[in-house]
Amino acid sequence: MTDTGPGGADERWELRLYVAGETPRSVAALANLRKICEEHLAGKYSIDVIDLLERPQLARGEQIIAIPTLERRLPEPVRKIIGDLSNTERVLIGLDLRPER
Amino acid sequence: MTSTRPAPTPLAHCPTGIAGLDEITSGGLPRGRTTLLAGGPGCGKTLLATQFLVRGAEIGEPGVFLAFEETAEELTTNVASLGWDLDGLVADGKLVVDHVKVERERIDQTGDYDLEGLFIRIGFAIDEVGAKRVVLDTLEVLFSALDDTARLRAEMRRLFSWLKTRGVTAIVTAERGEGTLTRHGLEEYVADCVISVDHRVTDQLAVRRIRIVKQRGSAHGTNEYPFVIDEGGLSVVPVTSFQLDHPAGTDVVSTGIPDLDAMLGGGGWYKGSTTLISGESGTGKTTFAAAFADAACRRGERCLYLAFEESGPQLVRNMASVGMALEQWTEKGLLRIHASRPTQIGLERHLTTVYQQVEAHQPDVVVIDPITDFTSLGTATDVKVMLMRIVDYLKARRVTGVFTSLMHQGGSDDPTISSLIDNWVQLRNLETEAQRDRGVFVQKARGMSHSNQIRELVLTDGGIRLLEVIAGPDGVLTGRARARSTTDSRAGT
Repeated sequence: MTDTGPGGADERWELRLYVAGETPRSVAALANLRKICEEHLAGKYSIDVIDLLERPQLARGEQIIAIPTLERRLPEPVRKIIGDLSNTERVLIGLDLRPER
Repeated sequence: MTSTRPAPTPLAHCPTGIAGLDEITSGGLPRGRTTLLAGGPGCGKTLLATQFLVRGAEIGEPGVFLAFEETAEELTTNVASLGWDLDGLVADGKLVVDHVKVERERIDQTGDYDLEGLFIRIGFAIDEVGAKRVVLDTLEVLFSALDDTARLRAEMRRLFSWLKTRGVTAIVTAERGEGTLTRHGLEEYVADCVISVDHRVTDQLAVRRIRIVKQRGSAHGTNEYPFVIDEGGLSVVPVTSFQLDHPAGTDVVSTGIPDLDAMLGGGGWYKGSTTLISGESGTGKTTFAAAFADAACRRGERCLYLAFEESGPQLVRNMASVGMALEQWTEKGLLRIHASRPTQIGLERHLTTVYQQVEAHQPDVVVIDPITDFTSLGTATDVKVMLMRIVDYLKARRVTGVFTSLMHQGGSDDPTISSLIDNWVQLRNLETEAQRDRGVFVQKARGMSHSNQIRELVLTDGGIRLLEVIAGPDGVLTGRARARSTTDSRAGT
């Protein structure tokens, strides 16, 4: 049996990144997120980038305050972390990819 | 050559629609600017802010309520008892309520961020209804959820200047801090207007107070003003204008006692004047006041009778014994008797009760029986200011006021009120020949050539009679001495 990582082999990771326009911070956040996903969730993740400038109603609907916000929609439970995702350690903890010590 | 730089435009005001608050802010909050509303928990911040939006919606200025602490449902339920239909305003496109759910537990931070999501959210809500007014209640919740205080402070600064660019008049509420106006120093970022509300208990009386800490470009009262929260929402009790610019009519109305009318020069006292009827216990003050109320109703005028010592039914019964059928006027809706114990509520609450009762009943005549009981509710100055407000308020509306006042045995003039009132009728006990009689005289009647005589007061089942006095060698003859004197003169000796 191979190591399938957290959540099992066929678990889908559905991630949403909320940004507001194409700012250096949002570009960095997306790059950081891609890198982390490739390392830890290769082949089983999807990233949906939501620009709130285009869909402002989602800020209310999804209770977004800070930008960037990363939302783990699947697997449940839904989790949200904020920031440009440059602190990889904290991202892994926040996404529950690594247990907090 | 002098420069022709245009004079700076003064800040326009945005009326809050809250009774009294607009007066102490010279017309309202600075329009297009942000006002910080600081106070401890339970001080009425949320209520004041909500009322600002509701009143705005009523005059065509839609609003946005960003609720950080309550859900839209909670907020709607909490203010429903005040008759505010938030759901209705939302349905009519006059209001947006957005509950900003901030997790109380720490939110994981993974690097740089800003609060652009919140800005977008507010902006979207403003655009949705074309909002002119915005309330953020309470922004500081963010400080407990996000521990990066330096960043938050920078974002607060940015938020306030952004609100200004949106041209909305905003209220931002904040919790009072230990020894500071707000816990997180938000007052540093709000330069235009800061209001503080307070709720404290002194002498077992809970008093709410409001103070304009700062208001750029406007004259504003620096005092603390009492305010009340009741069925109509929040109202501030301002010191009304001390300018004496009340209308002065020449119409005269009957006092309800023909003999007293005669003493005043014929017809009675001026409509819109204020009269004090003072006297010792049992001299008939209430009967005088009720006679005036009765006469007003007889003329078809509306009368508000504020009774602080008797219940309505008791007053009606007692007056029936001297020939006044007051119940006919209450039945017709002309007379409203509002009875309460003065000690139950504070002075400012009384004042608003007077305002509200007057607004509700629209009387031509107001009787307050007696005003003496207010003296236990505050210092002499407080009471005088309160009575002055009532007098000013009634005069501004051309309402004729009659106040009764209990004077203690051998008591001198009542200095707290005498300068405020126009007419002063004094009732006195006259003790002669083992009998107590009652005397009446007019101490003053502004603008009238009144009698200087003392008359004897007799309560008959046909009402009040003021008998001509007979001057004897020992002064005024009343009662038995009068009867003897009259007999003597009849005897023709």
